[in-house]
Amino acid sequence: MFKRSEQDKRPPVQIFVDGVAIAARQGDTVSAALLASSCDARRSTAVSGAPRLPYCMMGVCFDCLVTIDGVGNRQGCLVPVAEGMQVEIQKGKREIGK
Amino acid sequence: MRTDYDVAVVGGGLLGSAIAWGLGRLGKRVAVLDEGDITKRASRANFALVWVQSKGLGMPAYTIWTVQASQAWGRLASELKQQTGLDVSLQQNGGFHLTLGDDEFGQRAELVKRMHNQNGAADYKMEMLSASEVKKSLPLIGPEVSGGSYCPLDGHVNSLRTFRAFHTGFKAFGIDYFPEQPVSAISKSGGEFKLTTPKGELRAAKIVLAAGNANQTLAPMVGLSAPMGPTRGQIVVTERTMPFLPHPLTTIRQTDEGTVMIGDSKEDELDDRTLKHSISAVMTDRAQRMFPHLARLNVVRSWAGIRVMPQDGFPIYDQSETHPGAFVACCHSGVTLASNHAFEIARMVAQGALEPELVGAFSASRFGGAGTANNSGY
Amino acid sequence: MTVAPKREDYDVVVIGAGPAGLAAAAISAEAGLSTLLLDENVGPGGQVFRAISSTPVTDRNQLGADYWVGADLVQSLRASSAEVIHRATVWSLDRNLDIAVSVGGASAFVKAKRVILATGALERPFPIPGWTLPGVMTAGAAQTMLKSSALVPDGRTVIAGQGPLLWLLAAQILRLGGRIDRILDTTERGNYIAALPHAFAFLTSPYFAKGLSMMREVKAKVQVVSGVTELAAAGDLQLANVSYVASGKRETIPADLLLLHQGVVPNVNLAMAAGVEHHWDELQLCWSPVLDASGNSSVAGIAIAGDGAGIGGANAAIVRGRIAARAAVEALAPAAVAKLASMATLRADLAKAERGRVFLDTLFRPAPQFRIPSGDTIVCRCEEVTAKDVLDSVAIGATGPNQLKAYRRTGMGPCQGRLCGLTVTELMAQARAKTPQEIGYYRLRAPVKPITLAELAAVPKSEADVKAVVRG
Repeated sequence: MFKRSEQDKRPPVQIFVDGVAIAARQGDTVSAALLASSCDARRSTAVSGAPRLPYCMMGVCFDCLVTIDGVGNRQGCLVPVAEGMQVEIQKGKREIGK
Repeated sequence: MRTDYDVAVVGGGLLGSAIAWGLGRLGKRVAVLDEGDITKRASRANFALVWVQSKGLGMPAYTIWTVQASQAWGRLASELKQQTGLDVSLQQNGGFHLTLGDDEFGQRAELVKRMHNQNGAADYKMEMLSASEVKKSLPLIGPEVSGGSYCPLDGHVNSLRTFRAFHTGFKAFGIDYFPEQPVSAISKSGGEFKLTTPKGELRAAKIVLAAGNANQTLAPMVGLSAPMGPTRGQIVVTERTMPFLPHPLTTIRQTDEGTVMIGDSKEDELDDRTLKHSISAVMTDRAQRMFPHLARLNVVRSWAGIRVMPQDGFPIYDQSETHPGAFVACCHSGVTLASNHAFEIARMVAQGALEPELVGAFSASRFGGAGTANNSGY
Repeated sequence: MTVAPKREDYDVVVIGAGPAGLAAAAISAEAGLSTLLLDENVGPGGQVFRAISSTPVTDRNQLGADYWVGADLVQSLRASSAEVIHRATVWSLDRNLDIAVSVGGASAFVKAKRVILATGALERPFPIPGWTLPGVMTAGAAQTMLKSSALVPDGRTVIAGQGPLLWLLAAQILRLGGRIDRILDTTERGNYIAALPHAFAFLTSPYFAKGLSMMREVKAKVQVVSGVTELAAAGDLQLANVSYVASGKRETIPADLLLLHQGVVPNVNLAMAAGVEHHWDELQLCWSPVLDASGNSSVAGIAIAGDGAGIGGANAAIVRGRIAARAAVEALAPAAVAKLASMATLRADLAKAERGRVFLDTLFRPAPQFRIPSGDTIVCRCEEVTAKDVLDSVAIGATGPNQLKAYRRTGMGPCQGRLCGLTVTELMAQARAKTPQEIGYYRLRAPVKPITLAELAAVPKSEADVKAVVRG
């Protein structure tokens, strides 16, 4: 859906999405890295299970919710990527232990 | 506005709605007068328990009344479902009150003992359980839980959906709901009541005052009294999470939607627009000590509501001697008692008299006349 | 920079590091006031100057000169003694000017003598059929990715809506080599006539020439359809196509990405939760705080600057930030005022920055059908409540947004009404034949952004607090 510009010279950062390595850049938010990758980042809602992707990218819509390093319902658009970060796409309601 | 009603119910919260719905169910022509969007509405601030344990210490009749309500709730839920298609998610598989540490366990055990000594006939099997016994039903409890009390009659419901179901049912029963029409004056002449609202006058053969704490002001207009002692309560709610809590607790419950509600405080403060985070902190700290998994959940909202609370904590159901046909109803537990209000109180209002054997104990005469002082600000 | 505040008390706490907040914090700190700037993002800039210190877009022409103004503001701030904390989420502000802020998973509590709210704007909800589908985003979202990560659309992309930001975004996407298949302009034809009386001010404002050249730049490369009166996104679990009606003709085009924009509105959540009085702005069609000429709100000690004070754009936001800061200095350190620009100068600057605004507001006033949905179109994205659900609730007695919550849970999800509030107010107003002012808005409460339960549990508590909860 999105591609990177050639002028982007930021260092690469590797994160994992449901265990699969994704190439991100330093300074990307988790949501930006997901949208720039080819992975299927659609979460499903806690209400009906409907598929969603980030909508506002500025921290207000909560459609970017992901599990980051084991913690559920994080706003992916506000969290910068870090080397080795483990991201899980959420399906439905958050689990209590996460 | 129609002016020829059998009954006008003043107050469209859960209590007024239950009675109005019950009257409509009996074929009465009913008007409900309510306030608007911003008002002190206990019906949207409540904790939604259908709760029996520990109710009625000091007034056995209240225990009996509560047990009856708990037993009738299934019928209410199924009638609402049948009429409106709305499932109010009634769950009555028993509820817990958990204690942290030995002192709290001891205090709770003492309360359970006093309840047992008092109740006799209405023994509703409230019992103390050790932490290991609690763990069998609630496997996720933390190490600080010392045990708790359990009552098999306890449960909870989706109170907002119940409210919506009543209001949906109004349409089906032909009940007229008039929001944004607070009642400023009530008089009786020519055998009917006249209720003054900003949009005009409404006439009805009977009236039921179901305006919560505002009943204190309205009741004297028709020779009744309703001494109230409101308090503020705060509640915290989390995001939706997968089901983890199979039973409701006095202070924690997981709704059918998945959110976790955490209650509740009792404060003298009566401004429901402000919040005290330090009080929410006590509530949430206790919640995470009871269920350590809760710590990582996100809190999405907290709120304060003003409890409808008769001065001694027990319900008031009364009828006017000077203005026959005028009734007053107010109580704290509008969710738990909704079934009684829909079936019993509505039936009694329809037939024109409260039945002393059922609700005689709840007359406001117990306060010793209409002049009982209350400095609550209502 | 994600460390807790150094002190418990500050003269001035500024919330939000966009144009208004950057300007306000710098002036307040330069005047010697202890100043704390709290911001939710990773770096300064807010939305308009997003990633100003870190953007990988190094060709300055691509983001435009207006963007790089932000770099000067950041420089002034950094030269000052203001304490700045990023990734800091303010979740509570009350009438006592007590602030709760979440930083790095823990909450800190600070007290201010004055608070300057610079929480800016968010994009107006655009509730069309299918707007929750994956592949539908706001134009602002695309611009955020462009500025902070140099990401541009490369699939079949449609931009729909109206307003200056839409054209700016389109130009930026094209400059960075991104793809735009079509632009659907939803500006109502009648708006051009309505805006005419205000045209002179606009023609003589700096926006005019810039706007015109940007539109020319975009129109040379992208097919633009104007007069769009209906718009819908469709697809099975993912956006597949966009259909629209223009000049009475319906057309459906395949699309992977639909970017929506119909202006921005004040981000009111924190101000409203603090008890600041707001009124319905009939021209901008949103809630705006009631403020005096220095930005002071109805709550003593709380001033609001920037687009949160009513939409005025970045230049006005900077000046409003300076005005609010000057007012704080006047109140707290009168001796330091002499060094600052006079109020008269600042107000003249503001008038200049706001020149042409009425024209823009009138021209880009979104059409009713794009603000007030019907049928199965989702109103509340969090709780998945449709327009029909709302109307059904009105039919059984819901009078306003707060009773509606009881009936339908609208606004009770994690976004706390940010994406549905305006729609709910306008939809209920229309259904009840009342004004939005009469209908009102959600009663907002802390936490205004979610925090973990453990964080709330860590708030210091007294014995009295415990007694209010533990009752046997």
